[in-house]
Amino acid sequence: MEKSIEKIQDLALKIRNHVLDMTLHAGVEGGHIGGAFSCAEILATLYGSEMKLDPKDSLNPDRDRFILSKGHVSLVHYAVLKECGFLSQDDLDSFEKNGSQFSTHEIASCQKGIEITSGSLGYGLSIGVGIALAAKNRNLDYRTFVLLGDGECNEGCVWEAAMAAAKYKLNHLIAIIDKNGQQLDGFTDDVMPICQLEQVFRGFGWDVTVIDGHSITAIQKAVRAAGAGKPSVIIAETVKGRGISSIEGQVGWHHARITEEQYSEFKQALEE
Amino acid sequence: MLDFSAQNLMQWSRMGMRKAYGVILNELANDHPELISIAADVADSANLIALKQRHPKQHYNAGISEQNMIAMAAGLAKEGSNVFVTSFAPFVSLRVYEAIRTLVCYMDLNVKLVALSSGFSLGVQGATHYALEDLAIMRAIPNLLLLSPADTTEMAKALAFLAEYKGPAYLRLTGLPGSACVYKTDYAFDVASNDVLRDGTDMIIFATGTLVNESIRAARLLQKQGISAGVVNLSTIHPVHASKLAQMCMKYKLIFTVEEHNIIGGIGSLLAEALSELPNHSRLVRLGTKDSNQVAGNYSFMMEKNGLTAKAIAERVAEEYSAQQ
Repeated sequence: MEKSIEKIQDLALKIRNHVLDMTLHAGVEGGHIGGAFSCAEILATLYGSEMKLDPKDSLNPDRDRFILSKGHVSLVHYAVLKECGFLSQDDLDSFEKNGSQFSTHEIASCQKGIEITSGSLGYGLSIGVGIALAAKNRNLDYRTFVLLGDGECNEGCVWEAAMAAAKYKLNHLIAIIDKNGQQLDGFTDDVMPICQLEQVFRGFGWDVTVIDGHSITAIQKAVRAAGAGKPSVIIAETVKGRGISSIEGQVGWHHARITEEQYSEFKQALEE
Repeated sequence: MLDFSAQNLMQWSRMGMRKAYGVILNELANDHPELISIAADVADSANLIALKQRHPKQHYNAGISEQNMIAMAAGLAKEGSNVFVTSFAPFVSLRVYEAIRTLVCYMDLNVKLVALSSGFSLGVQGATHYALEDLAIMRAIPNLLLLSPADTTEMAKALAFLAEYKGPAYLRLTGLPGSACVYKTDYAFDVASNDVLRDGTDMIIFATGTLVNESIRAARLLQKQGISAGVVNLSTIHPVHASKLAQMCMKYKLIFTVEEHNIIGGIGSLLAEALSELPNHSRLVRLGTKDSNQVAGNYSFMMEKNGLTAKAIAERVAEEYSAQQ
């Protein structure tokens, strides 16, 4: 295995560990563990090898932009930002504490690597369209990455953005859908079937790739292939709760509190 | 630089706020390369086609997708643009309220929401196209500057101000082509104050939008009956200092508000809130639409039906005045 892949795997493990720590310390407030774990490899790969970002120059106009549209998994974003030098351990320790900037849903702070305030689902792709349009307008080369949930695709605004991105040929806009098959009330197929995401996006004029969302090499390959004349969407097939076999794919882990016993059990599971 | 010549003032007035908006924004875009216009399939209605042709990189058509338009504007503004988004008033306020609250105002982005043809301006097009609640809801969002100009001259002043202003704003446009000019010559616009346009001793009338002119006309009618009514143009609606407004009311025994808006939540409510800060205050009478659904009708029909013509305002004011004597 390539050394860089090992490093990204290690990063994914570290951020899952942070997620568990934050969720435990949040106590009764809990955390969105399931959807955080399903996108751990996506975030680790983007931040570990694909995006042009520098915590010492976080406002550089040429930086790549990362938009967390599924804002409820902020804790996994905070975790990767900590590992990449944007946030401190104190920041993570303040997760969901009274008066903290690091609430369940993200509050924008470009200085700290958080581009937008998110949590109200369905807006990230439209904001990404605006950011990508700004790059095109000013002949800047940065790319705009937007991470969405598949449940989030219930929102009509996602499809308004899909049309606009195709219209403006935003080839530096890359949407990644964390398709873990679940949302708050259960399985996406039961709550609101979206049929074939792949065909729908293709119909809207996007370049579409379907990958195993836990395969670092597949994520890298898909990201590197994006950008050919039209917006790209990577449909990342993932498993909610991935990394802890006892909760993988189980309904009930969208948002949860964990006990000390569960914490120990989950920590051990992550090491296996 | 916008030219406030007598000729331009007259031309804008003839066009009305909606059509003059595009002409004025076109001029402002010329001087402000960071200014971007986005319209939700209303570029023609808002007279923005010339801007699009002259500055193709400064105008986008978002199609009939107002939520996407607001979020796109947030993305562009985040990257340094001053974005003017527009649609008919209900669709750039009520329909996209939460997006405005979260993406524009909470994120403190440089997005200007231009609400075309608010109130009853769209006449027979009916209830879906009336905006009689926008002041109420927009006023409740922190960090949103809310302006409601009295005429096309003040609208041009407000637009020139907004082209420089950093932060979120909502500009409420009312009236029809040919609505009368309140400001007939160039003047100094001050966003922080609301102009006293007419002094009076018996009562004070606070009005907004094109009803400012109706209120001035009402005051003239009242003068013929020996009643002296002051008129204030309440064009800056949020944020306002409640104490300043209350101060303006101190010497009057009667206070009126006149608005093309539901009496719940608009400038009538704003005055009620301001007065409630005082230990004692005079009677406040709120004129506007009652808390009921509206039928459709042309502008003058709707104004008459809702008691918002100069004549109806004067009659109501005189009635209240004589009841108090």
